[in-house]
Amino acid sequence: MRQQVSRLTILFAILIGALVAARILLVPETFGELGHFRATAIGETAALPIRYAGRAACAECHADIEENRAGGRHASLSCEACHGPGASHAEDPLATQPEKPVGRDLCTLCHGYNPSRPTGFPQIDPAVHNPLQPCTACHEAHAPEPPVTPESCSGCHGQIARTKAVSHHALLACTTCHSVEEEHKLNPSASRPTKPADRAFCGKCHAPDAQPPPEVIQEVPRVDLSSHGGHYVCWQCHYPHFPELR
Amino acid sequence: MKRREPGASSESQRTQATESVGRREFLSRSLPAGWVLLAALTGCGEQTGGEGEETAGAPEEATGGGAETAVPEASAAAENPLAGYDPSQHNYAMAIDVDRCIGCGRCVEACKTENDVPREPFYFRTWIERYVVQRNGHTVVTSPNGGISGFPPVEEAEILRTFFVPKLCNHCSNPPCVQVCPVGATFKTEDGVVLVDHDYCIGCRYCIQACPYGARFLHPVTRTAEKCTFCYHRLVRGLVPACVEMCPTQARIFGDLDALSSPLARFQRMHKIQTLKAHLNTEPKVLYANLDGEVS
Repeated sequence: MRQQVSRLTILFAILIGALVAARILLVPETFGELGHFRATAIGETAALPIRYAGRAACAECHADIEENRAGGRHASLSCEACHGPGASHAEDPLATQPEKPVGRDLCTLCHGYNPSRPTGFPQIDPAVHNPLQPCTACHEAHAPEPPVTPESCSGCHGQIARTKAVSHHALLACTTCHSVEEEHKLNPSASRPTKPADRAFCGKCHAPDAQPPPEVIQEVPRVDLSSHGGHYVCWQCHYPHFPELR
Repeated sequence: MKRREPGASSESQRTQATESVGRREFLSRSLPAGWVLLAALTGCGEQTGGEGEETAGAPEEATGGGAETAVPEASAAAENPLAGYDPSQHNYAMAIDVDRCIGCGRCVEACKTENDVPREPFYFRTWIERYVVQRNGHTVVTSPNGGISGFPPVEEAEILRTFFVPKLCNHCSNPPCVQVCPVGATFKTEDGVVLVDHDYCIGCRYCIQACPYGARFLHPVTRTAEKCTFCYHRLVRGLVPACVEMCPTQARIFGDLDALSSPLARFQRMHKIQTLKAHLNTEPKVLYANLDGEVS
């Protein structure tokens, strides 16, 4: 009996010893200091090198460009968004030179037409907008302004323009329904275009007794404004840029 | 056969004696062998960790020496960026204004450059999805190469509405990936960032399966889990994440949830905020404004 007990004791002592030894040897030094993980792993992640120096670092030397950009349409852009990562250049200006984008590919990443972009964002169709010319031939990249104030609204409202172009309202100018102050072109959110405020506006063409302009040769759909649509303004149900949608 | 005979007691005792000697012999021989094996295993494990560091491309950390020399060097290098940084003073979060995203992919490009993310498609710490809600009621979600080089044209007649949604790790306050990690290789820091310990990760991919946002992937070279770190190495240096720095339209706003006056605080005041898959109770710290109901 005593023999079994002593053997068991030795066996357990060995097992416990092995467990303790395994914990000492296998569990990393800082494991559990801050939680169920290796505390030094935080420092290892934090020690990784940076590639983008940040705009403040660029402005330290290139104050003139920073000044040029202030108040412009690219004022909020980070330098490295166009010029590429510049941490090595910021550390030793002679070691590497940031790239200077040429051509049209970089600009069209943001300004190429895409219907998913929010309306009002300036977009062009690269295929028809001065093809083969670099963007910087006409636009100053650091403080871009359109060389001429956009004649048509499609410069920023491309999706609306394209939708309208294939609709029955294709021949109507934007200004037929919207009155737009010049300020809207310079500062879009400060001065908003108007929308028709009453049903009588659409009734100028669509009321039963209305006289559409002479250039309209197709038959215009007519509705009785007094019975159709209740108290809603027409555009609250119909989409005037594509009125075929019902 | 002999042991079972009740009369032959002396013989059976002798047999037992020879057996117990054999066990003792076995133990006395196997224990040192076990110790050698254990030592070899731990040595191997730490050596593989060193190799992992080498492939991950951290040149300033010497990996040539044994494990015992490598560890103090790594911690010494690590203490520098954390000097003067107090994680208890921060609680990081990112806000995303869906209405401002133009889908240019500069955030994806910046993330890949800043964090050495493999250039092949399907390895992304952040990416952009394009949602096209069609007139027939279907929603098509695409993310060609994460949106890094823009999005192809789409048939416009079908569109009811369409928009871009940037995605990344949500740095959940209650992260499922951390819950499932069997070895404690992924964890939440005091300042609210979910990180991966690449030297300790065993590459089992539980966390990749557990993440409801698809924000994790297995690095093809190191075979360890990878994810957005909120550019933790930039945060400790007082910079914002690379994607936030590079976003040309300020669709991403980064800041401290505890700060009373900051761009993030203003953003939260001025917008209705949603999080992704809120019903899972993960408590994400990536806050979306103007999010469509189709997005999940």
